[in-house]
Amino acid sequence: MSDRQPAVAVDQTDERLLQTRGVRGALGSFLRSARAGDVGPLPVIIGLLIIGTIFQSLNPIFLSSRNLVDISMDSVAVGVISLGIVCVLLVGEIDLSVGSVSGFAGAIVAVLFVRDGWNWILACLVAVGVALLIGLLYGVLLTKFGMPSFVSSLAGLLAFLGLQLAILGDQGSINLPFDSALVRFAQLDFVPAWLSYVLAALAALALFASGYDNMSRRRRANLSSSSPQALVVRSVALLIGLELVVWYLNQGRGVGWMVVFFAALVLLFHYAFTRTGWGRSVMAVGGNVEAARRSGINVRNIYFSVFALCSMMAAVGGILAASRLASANLSSGTGDVNLNAIAAAVIGGTSLFGGRGSAFSALLGVLVIESIASGLTLLNLNSSYRFVITGLVLAIAVAIDSLARKSRASHGRA
Amino acid sequence: MLSLRGISKTFGAVNALTDVDLDVEAGEVVAIVGDNGAGKSTLVKVLAGVHAADSGTIAFDGTEVQIHDPSAAIHLGIATVFQDLALCENLSVVDNLFLGRALGPWRLDQVGMEVKSWELLQQLAAKIPTVRVPVATLSGGQRQTVAIARSLLGEPRVIILDEPTAALGVAQTAEVLDLIERLRARNLGVIMISHNMENVLAVADRIVVLRLGRNNGEFDARTVSSEDLVASITGATDNVVTRRTGRLSAEADSTKDTSARREGEAK
Ligand SMILES: Nc1ncnc2c1ncn2[C@@H]1O[C@H](COP(=O)(O)OP(=O)(O)O)[C@@H](O)[C@H]1O
Ligand SMILES: [Mg+2]
Repeated sequence: MSDRQPAVAVDQTDERLLQTRGVRGALGSFLRSARAGDVGPLPVIIGLLIIGTIFQSLNPIFLSSRNLVDISMDSVAVGVISLGIVCVLLVGEIDLSVGSVSGFAGAIVAVLFVRDGWNWILACLVAVGVALLIGLLYGVLLTKFGMPSFVSSLAGLLAFLGLQLAILGDQGSINLPFDSALVRFAQLDFVPAWLSYVLAALAALALFASGYDNMSRRRRANLSSSSPQALVVRSVALLIGLELVVWYLNQGRGVGWMVVFFAALVLLFHYAFTRTGWGRSVMAVGGNVEAARRSGINVRNIYFSVFALCSMMAAVGGILAASRLASANLSSGTGDVNLNAIAAAVIGGTSLFGGRGSAFSALLGVLVIESIASGLTLLNLNSSYRFVITGLVLAIAVAIDSLARKSRASHGRA
Repeated sequence: MLSLRGISKTFGAVNALTDVDLDVEAGEVVAIVGDNGAGKSTLVKVLAGVHAADSGTIAFDGTEVQIHDPSAAIHLGIATVFQDLALCENLSVVDNLFLGRALGPWRLDQVGMEVKSWELLQQLAAKIPTVRVPVATLSGGQRQTVAIARSLLGEPRVIILDEPTAALGVAQTAEVLDLIERLRARNLGVIMISHNMENVLAVADRIVVLRLGRNNGEFDARTVSSEDLVASITGATDNVVTRRTGRLSAEADSTKDTSARREGEAK
C-alpha cells in the first residue's frame, strides 16, 4: 500500500526543492518570496486599504458607491497613460512627455472633430497616428543617436506642449459637444447591471479556464502543477470579489463602459507582457540589454515598439481626458498628469530599474492616486495638499522599489 | 566548414586581433589557448556577431559570409557561450534558454519550453532544482550550465565555448568535456577556449595558440607536449613557467645535496 509512491514530476526531482503543494504550500511560497523582496502588488493593496480607512473615517462619503463610481471614472485617463509608462519602464527607459502628448492628442481631436467637422473616429486615428510617430522619434533618437529617453522626452515635453498651444489657437479652448459619442462614452455610458455581473463572472471564468488549461497541460507533460483546489479557491475568490465590487458600484451609477475599456486594456497588456515572445523580449531588454542583443533579439525594434505604445497610450488617455471634461484646452495634460501617470506605474510596483513590473501596476497605482485626490477634495483641501501627499506616496513607492531590489540581491532574486 | 582569414580588430589604440586565421571542420574540436588579453574572447565575439571585424573574411561552407549582428551568426548556425554568460538575471531559466526564440510567439508554449528545458539540462546532468526561478538565484556554476544548455537549442552547426568550465566543479567539468565529445560525434564543429591544459589536451583535436592578438602556432593535440604549448603561449622557451619548474627542480637538487652533506657530517 504505502510503497506506491506517487510518480515524481520531472521538475520536482531535486531533493533540495521545497515542496509547495496545495493551498498552504501556495501561501508559504508567497510569504517566502515577499520576504526575499519579491513583494508584488502587496504593498499597494495594503496602501489602498489604509487610504480607504483613513478617508472613510474623516468623511463617510468617501467609500459611498457614488464616490467610488467617480473614482473609477476619473482613474481611466491617467490609468491608460500609465499603462504606456509601464511599457517604457519595463525596458528601463522613461517618457516624461506623456502629459504633453496627451494634451496634444486631445487638442488634435478637438480641432479636427469640432472645428473642422471630421468624423470623430478619424480624428482619434489621426491623433493616435501622430503619437505613434512621436514614439518612433524617441526610439530613433535613442537607438541611432544614443540620446537618453530622459532627455529626449524632456525636450518633447516642451515641444508638444508648444504644438498643443499652437493648434488650439487664440481661443485656447474647444468644447466637445455633450451629445458626441466621445463625451457620452466618458461621462454617461454605463454597462447595464445584468451585463456587468455577467462580465465579472466571465473574468473569473477566464481565470479558471486558463489556469485549468495550464494545469492539465502540465500534468500531461509530467510537470508539477498547482493543486486544483488552489485554482478553485483563487477563481471563486476573484468571482466573489469582482461581483461584490460590481454590485457596490451598481448601487451608484454602475460600471462605466470606459472602465470596462480600461480593464480590457490592462488584461491585453498583461497578456502581451507575460504570454508573448514580444513580452519576453521586453523583459530581457530591461534585464540585460547586451544579453538580449547577443541572443539575437532585435533590440532596436523592441525600443521602437515600447516608445510607440507609450505615446499612443498617452494619446488615447488624452482623448479620454478631453472627453471626460468635454473640452480640450491649454491646461489639458499639464500640471500633475505627467507625474501622476509615472507615479501610478511605480506605486503599482513596476520597477524604475527595468525588467520587472506588470500591467496591473497601472491599475492599482492609479487607484491609489485618484483615491488620494478624491479624499482630499472631499475634505476641501486644495491641490497643494494633493501634490505634497502624492509626492510622498511616490517617494514611499520608490523607496520600496529600491529596498526590494536590494533585498532581492541579498536573497539571490535580483 | 568555418574558416577565418586575416581577421583584425582594434579597440581604440589596442590591436586586439591582428591577421588572425582560424579553421574549424565539422566533427572537429579546436581549442584556442592564449594568455589573458590574448584576444580569444574578441575572436569569439567577432564570430558571434557581437563585434564586427575591421578587416578579414569569414567563410562558411566555402562561401564568404558577413556576420553583422548576433542574429546573423545564429542564423548561420553558430551558437556561442560567452565568457560573461550573457544571461538575463530577471528572467527564469526557461526564459533564458529560449531567449530570442520563444516557442509560439503569439501564445507562448510555456509547457513545451519547460519540457525541452529539462531535457537539455538533463543532457548536461545539471543540478538545477527548478527552472522557473530567476537566473539571479543560481550559483555561478549553475548559470554556466544554463548558458551552455542554451547554445544547444536550435540545431547549431558550430558551437563556441569561451571558458565554459571556469566556474564548474569537477563532476560538471567532466560532463561538459563529455558533451564536447558528443557534439563532435554528432559532427558539429566545436571551438573551445580554456586555460586548463589538461582539459584542452584531453578533448581537442587541434590547438590554436593566440599571443598578443596574433596566431602563434598550431598544434596537433595528440602529439604536442604541455611544455611546447606553454612556450608558445608565453612566447619563449625561457619563460616564467619554465623558470619556475627549473627553479623548483634546482631547489629540490640542492636540498638533496645539503641533506646528503648533513648525512655525511653526521657520520
Ligand atoms: N570592448 C572592448 N573595448 C576595449 N578593449 C577591449 C574590449 N574587449 C577587449 N578589449 C581588449 O582587447 C584585448 C583582448 O581581450 P580579450 O579578447 O578579452 O582577451 P582574452 O584572450 O583574455 O579573452 C585586451 O587588451 C582587452 O583589453
Ligand atoms: Mg576571455
